[in-house]
Amino acid sequence: MGTAAIEVRGLWKIFGPKADRIIGSPDADLEPAQLRAKTGCTAAVRDVSFEVRPGEVFVVMGLSGSGKSTLVRCLTRLIEPTAGELRIDGQDVRAMSAKQLRELRRHRVSMVFQHFGLLPHRKVVDNVGYGLEIQGVGRAERHEKARRILSLVGLEGHEDSYPEQLSGGMQQRVGLARALAVDPEVLLFDEPFSALDPLIRRDMQAEVIRLHREVGKTMVFITHDLSEALKLGERIAIMRAGAIVQVGTPEELVGAPADDYVADFVRDVPRAQVLSLRWISRDPEPDEPLDGPELPADTVIHDAVPAAMASDRPIRVVADGELVGVVSRVDLLGAVRPGTGPVAVAASAGATGEA
Amino acid sequence: MVSAPVQVAPPVQAPARVRRLPRWVAPVAGVVAVVALYVAFRGKAVLPHDDDATLFHWLNDARDWVDENRNSSPIFLYVVNYLRLGAAGVYEGLQAGLVALGWPGLLGLAAGLGWLAGGWRIALVSFAGFAGVGVLGFWEASVETLALTLSAVLLSLLFGIPLGIWAGRSHRVRRIVTPVLDVMQIMPTFSYLSPMVLLFLIGPASATIATMIYAMPPAIRITAMAIQRVSGVAVEASESLGATRWQTLGKVRLPLALNTITLGVNQTIAAALSMVPLTALIAAPGLGEDLLRALARVNVGAALVPGVAIVLIAIVLDRMTRAAAQRRESGTRARAVRWGGFAVLTAAGLALVPAMAQEFPEQWQVQIVRPINDVVDWIEAHWYTFTGFLNDVVAYGLLNPLQDVLTSAPWWLVTAAVLVFAWRVSGLAAGLVATVCLLCVAALQLWEHAMETLTLVLVASVITIAAGLALGVAAARSRWFAAGLRPVLDAAQTMPSFSYLLPAVALFGNGRFTAITASFIYAVPVVARLVEDGLRAVPGTVMEAARSAGSTDRQLLWKVQLPMARGSLLLAANQGIVMTLAMVVIGALVGAGALGYDVVAGFAQQEDYGKGLAAGVALVLLGVMLDRITQGANGRRSPHKKRNA
Repeated sequence: MGTAAIEVRGLWKIFGPKADRIIGSPDADLEPAQLRAKTGCTAAVRDVSFEVRPGEVFVVMGLSGSGKSTLVRCLTRLIEPTAGELRIDGQDVRAMSAKQLRELRRHRVSMVFQHFGLLPHRKVVDNVGYGLEIQGVGRAERHEKARRILSLVGLEGHEDSYPEQLSGGMQQRVGLARALAVDPEVLLFDEPFSALDPLIRRDMQAEVIRLHREVGKTMVFITHDLSEALKLGERIAIMRAGAIVQVGTPEELVGAPADDYVADFVRDVPRAQVLSLRWISRDPEPDEPLDGPELPADTVIHDAVPAAMASDRPIRVVADGELVGVVSRVDLLGAVRPGTGPVAVAASAGATGEA
Repeated sequence: MVSAPVQVAPPVQAPARVRRLPRWVAPVAGVVAVVALYVAFRGKAVLPHDDDATLFHWLNDARDWVDENRNSSPIFLYVVNYLRLGAAGVYEGLQAGLVALGWPGLLGLAAGLGWLAGGWRIALVSFAGFAGVGVLGFWEASVETLALTLSAVLLSLLFGIPLGIWAGRSHRVRRIVTPVLDVMQIMPTFSYLSPMVLLFLIGPASATIATMIYAMPPAIRITAMAIQRVSGVAVEASESLGATRWQTLGKVRLPLALNTITLGVNQTIAAALSMVPLTALIAAPGLGEDLLRALARVNVGAALVPGVAIVLIAIVLDRMTRAAAQRRESGTRARAVRWGGFAVLTAAGLALVPAMAQEFPEQWQVQIVRPINDVVDWIEAHWYTFTGFLNDVVAYGLLNPLQDVLTSAPWWLVTAAVLVFAWRVSGLAAGLVATVCLLCVAALQLWEHAMETLTLVLVASVITIAAGLALGVAAARSRWFAAGLRPVLDAAQTMPSFSYLLPAVALFGNGRFTAITASFIYAVPVVARLVEDGLRAVPGTVMEAARSAGSTDRQLLWKVQLPMARGSLLLAANQGIVMTLAMVVIGALVGAGALGYDVVAGFAQQEDYGKGLAAGVALVLLGVMLDRITQGANGRRSPHKKRNA
């Protein structure tokens, strides 16, 4: 797999007096509410570990107060973690001096914020060029670069506007452009589209998918919106009360929720549109015909419907040229029916929480 | 005596009885006790005034020691004297610069700055205001006042803005600075002057430093607030891109705080202009000199004209900075127009300098002293029955009896009454501070004069708060009334404080009632505005709910608006009392006597210096006491504040 772009091991963030003494003590295992009652401290991030591969879109999803925004801020130490290991591109972030940390933020990791954080007294072009400006890049060069990035996010012609003259969606494009302008290796998104209208949000999600294809940056994306997470994430980490409950692909979360909390979360997800045939394929019955249509194992169930309609024979599910099982029309209908799932079959896929 | 029936009553009923005890019982019992004690001990343990108190002599000796060692003690030689020279240098430089511009140059520059700040309207206001000063025949004195004001403002900002930024960034600094600023803000103007004279002698240097200290609190406070209010998201975004702290300060925090900081400059200028004319008491040049001289001779016309000149300067500087504070970012074209206009107007003014006489032309000046005095004479002749009646009613009906009571009551009774009252209204801590202040006043040997000042303050604040409450309620209930009142209140708040003396003197001549009238005009706008804002801040949804339950307007006011606006009402009372004190003290200039007069006399007579200095301190103590007593508004909110911090 190569070195991870981001590697987090046992990360803690506890707000409050003498927070560092709690880690390693029995108090660390308390639920956040109990901990607050007992010590006055708030554990926002509790023993979190994960890795993000280079070029991956990694989504951290959780309800408000689950610590996800704190977690993403810990990655560049905008909030200082209390304990744990933190490596970006193999380098120990927690050991960095103030200067090294600034270099990291200036060149390698940049962030997009929920409420944009644009500077109202600067034109769009100067907002986008802000990161370059504080690096000491000359005016002409940063304007040239800013213009190029603005056209990449579809904002050409708005260079000389002020942020307040733009709509919310356009303002967030400026925020995105500002983060892209310094050409970072990693982009962090902190609920970037939560403040936007649903239609604009959909556009912006498409924009992120497009940008990811075009520029191929590693992205860590924070959201409280499950459909957004499923749409964008190659892998998703579900957070609850400061801890990660499960990490996995959308399929793994929907098909094999690690606990009731995750199961409850994904209950309303239309399974047929997330799960692939692999999840419902079974060994053929002895008398079943094996001359039905052939489909790859990673075909989404929903997409297998036309093939099943065209032939009454069971679909043959293949992976790497080998038959892994069959799926009959009844199996398909069972998977499409709302409220139930092929959870029983899930174990055979071998998907578990820890990545 | 209240608890006796409780012990007798059957145990089951006892708690209910205690709770049902009417709320008025405790206060009434308190009042009855105080009255009874007063009647019993009247005239005993009083502290009559003595001009020869040892403390005053001791302070005189201290002053003499300072005078003798001014040029030998290292602390004067290396610190204080340099501060004096520095302040004098700033003033003299600015004054020479303004004079060198010549009157056409200064008019051009004023118009140009007005244009820069807010377009042609403000340019016109600036030009007209400064030209008006010349037309009134006070050009030279006005330039001196302007120079004094600007040098004090400059120094205030030089120290105040960095301190404000620091306080805005550091919780710890803020915690140290805030109480100091609180006390500075309730200190009456006069009390700054005596210590300044001791350190820096009389003259413009002393005046500049006194004004600087008086004007600095708003600069610090508003800058700190502006820095704190800068959007945390913008700051975080800047940090996430790797900005250093200085970069974030220079490129994010300061630009975003700039408009609010400009508002702080506006407030600083207003404060400075309130102080500057009074520094004529310590031999500062400018309009204050003419004003005070005329006031001393009760020549209303001669006092009014320089007073109007100061008001004109105040209006120009206020409109200019206010417009600058509201300015929004604009395109490059608009910027070119702004700076171009500034350059053209200033250059036009300067170009006229060689062509014009050095003095503001006499044929353009108008003499209005005589007509004003004619009007004043007419008022005196025709309205005397009314003004005299009003004067007598307040003097014999309110002031004299109250003053008799306060000065003939034993000192310990007054102190105890203050303690209990402050305790009930604002809590134990405030009560203790108030009591200590009052005891210190007694220790300063100024008890009787302090009681006289207190009398004036109490009478004036009762009248002021009652009127302010009525006006505020009316403004909150009627849009029409509010629309009419607002510009009047706005104008009133721009005026330097002493200018309120002038109409009062015109109506009522010299005396205590004049001081009361002046403090009434001075404080009513603020009280009315706080009341109105408080009532208007009651959420619309709550009002709607009450109305939908069938409340009448009266019920709405008494059961919803006034209780919910409690904090604002208490704040209004607090501000009203503190402002009244400030004005009553200045009223010494028009014969209100008491502590204010002691301070003024301290400047005039060498041998009264000690008493003046002590009186200045007593005024501060009185201010702190009154503020603490009425601080219930702030005190009660403090638990929330702590939680937020």
